[in-house]
Amino acid sequence: MLYRTAGQFKTSYEADFALFPVKQDSILLAAVLVLAFVVFPLTANEFAFRALLIPVLIYALAALGLNILTGYAGQLSLGTGAFMGVGAYACYKLITIFPEMNLLVAIALSGFFSAAVGVAFGLPSLRIKGFYLAIATLAAQFFLVWLFEKWAWLYNYNASGAIQVPNIDMFGFTVAGPRAPAITQYYFVLIVVSIVTFFAINVTRGRIGRIWKSVRDMDIAAELVGINLMKAKLSAFFVSSYVVGVAGALFVFAWRGAAEPNLFDIPLSFRVLFIAIIGGLGSILGNFLGAILIVALPVVLGFLPDVFGVPISSSAVEHLNVMIIGALIVTFLIVEPHGLARFWAVIREKLIIWPFPH
Amino acid sequence: MNVQVRSDPFTARDGEIAKGGVLLDVRNVSLSFGGVKAVTDISFDVLQGEIRAIIGPNGAGKTSMLNVINGFYTPQLGTIIFRGKERRSMKPHEAVGQGIARTFQNVALFKGMSTLDNIMTGRSVMMRRNIGWQMLWHGPALAEEIEHRRAVEEIIDFLEIQHIRRTPVGKLPYGLQKRVELGRALAMEPSLLLLDEPMAGMNLEEKEDMSRFILDVNQQRGTTIALIEHDMGVVMDLSDRVVVLDYGKKIADGVPDVVKADQNVIDAYLGVPH
Repeated sequence: MLYRTAGQFKTSYEADFALFPVKQDSILLAAVLVLAFVVFPLTANEFAFRALLIPVLIYALAALGLNILTGYAGQLSLGTGAFMGVGAYACYKLITIFPEMNLLVAIALSGFFSAAVGVAFGLPSLRIKGFYLAIATLAAQFFLVWLFEKWAWLYNYNASGAIQVPNIDMFGFTVAGPRAPAITQYYFVLIVVSIVTFFAINVTRGRIGRIWKSVRDMDIAAELVGINLMKAKLSAFFVSSYVVGVAGALFVFAWRGAAEPNLFDIPLSFRVLFIAIIGGLGSILGNFLGAILIVALPVVLGFLPDVFGVPISSSAVEHLNVMIIGALIVTFLIVEPHGLARFWAVIREKLIIWPFPH
Repeated sequence: MNVQVRSDPFTARDGEIAKGGVLLDVRNVSLSFGGVKAVTDISFDVLQGEIRAIIGPNGAGKTSMLNVINGFYTPQLGTIIFRGKERRSMKPHEAVGQGIARTFQNVALFKGMSTLDNIMTGRSVMMRRNIGWQMLWHGPALAEEIEHRRAVEEIIDFLEIQHIRRTPVGKLPYGLQKRVELGRALAMEPSLLLLDEPMAGMNLEEKEDMSRFILDVNQQRGTTIALIEHDMGVVMDLSDRVVVLDYGKKIADGVPDVVKADQNVIDAYLGVPH
């Protein structure tokens, strides 16, 4: 009943192309945005920002980048962590070489570095597919992390071998570095993530998105409707790596504050891949749902014993956490193999026709 | 038939070749895979505005012939002249640029995409707006999307598939998938449409529908059609001229009535006592 679409007629293609042709969807989105832009900042404390809100957004963005490549264009990649690293290191070098540069500009530019690296490592996709391509991107993963470690110029010859984010001001606010307040960083991340998500939605539903999806579903047929496979695949690698690079720059500049090369190692790639798969390949919303499940839920679960006054040692909580999350992931995948986004789509579908079964 | 109004989807793309002129000329084409000769020294032509059937027993080289025409295979010998331009080898997407579209024997749709998106993909080559505009979904990108949506909706109306517009094609029954595939090929506004067994696996009613669509495409839009089909009744009724292949060689070529009476054709289909 809440989701009744009857009576919402479209009289022009423009109206039909609206971001949310169903009115209830836009109301829901507005509610989420109000929550994100107004309610959370007013209520959240330092810990909630640092442990929940900021990482969820950044991981969701990284998964979105990967989803463009894997979910939309059908090219499996295991190098996401390394591409995030390229974005982070590029941003770090830009900021140290041009200290006056606006951080937003630096982050936007650093995406191009990871995009270029992504295209270079995407070249094998022209010859190989599926698992074999995944192995090729795995090479990127190992090579780049090795490079972050060995190329001292990248971390400005620090004795520690790590990169440290300096204090960076923007329009009178400190947005990055040790002095930056969590709320400012949250807003910074939220705005970047909102903009990139908006662009990603538009690209994936337009001509380029259709081209990517056609390559994913049947590359030979795609070629025979006039699609240049090389261009299609490499553009997917470019856009995907760009978004992943931006996420990587945010990862270090707006969240971690410092990074060592092994931060970008394969566990990070897998984490992002899990978010994309559990959220739902080929969906934008899924990345956010997946990030909430994988990143935020463990933190929330860790607090439950305290809240209910159950006396459990913190290490036991840690282990329980891993078990619960694992069980949840398996359950969700059994209930809906296509991910949380599909899960939501099914619920929405049922709500639209409720109370009728068909 | 060759009225030049670009915005009218029911008009063929090229007015350069008058009806009855040679649109496609295949000359002495031979194609082999290693020692296997798929096609040997075949020549035939397709005239502007006609329906040309390619028939023959299984393994005669019909599909290989279509693959040569749309650039998927490069023949070892012979030339192909399309709209007066000769070519030896080209990529399939270049053939599309010249105005050749095709459907497949086994449906080759994008299964995860809706009917609408599948047909819209057929117009990808005609869409030009870059990623910058697409990101904003505004101005020129939106105008372009609407313009092509309009053309696609005409095709959807024409093929009577309005009700499945939003359905992922993987969920559709086979007959409708074939129709969507025809829609995707039509969306490319081809001057030559290649149909590889458009009626394979269909029941009588679906065959009648499909025959009607093929005739309408040919007559209303003026699209030249080359088709492969095994249903002889359909072939003889639809096509203007028929070329018959057997073991990679051409054994007959002409109007249906002549081909039907040709002793070589009867032998190829029925077999000859040795």
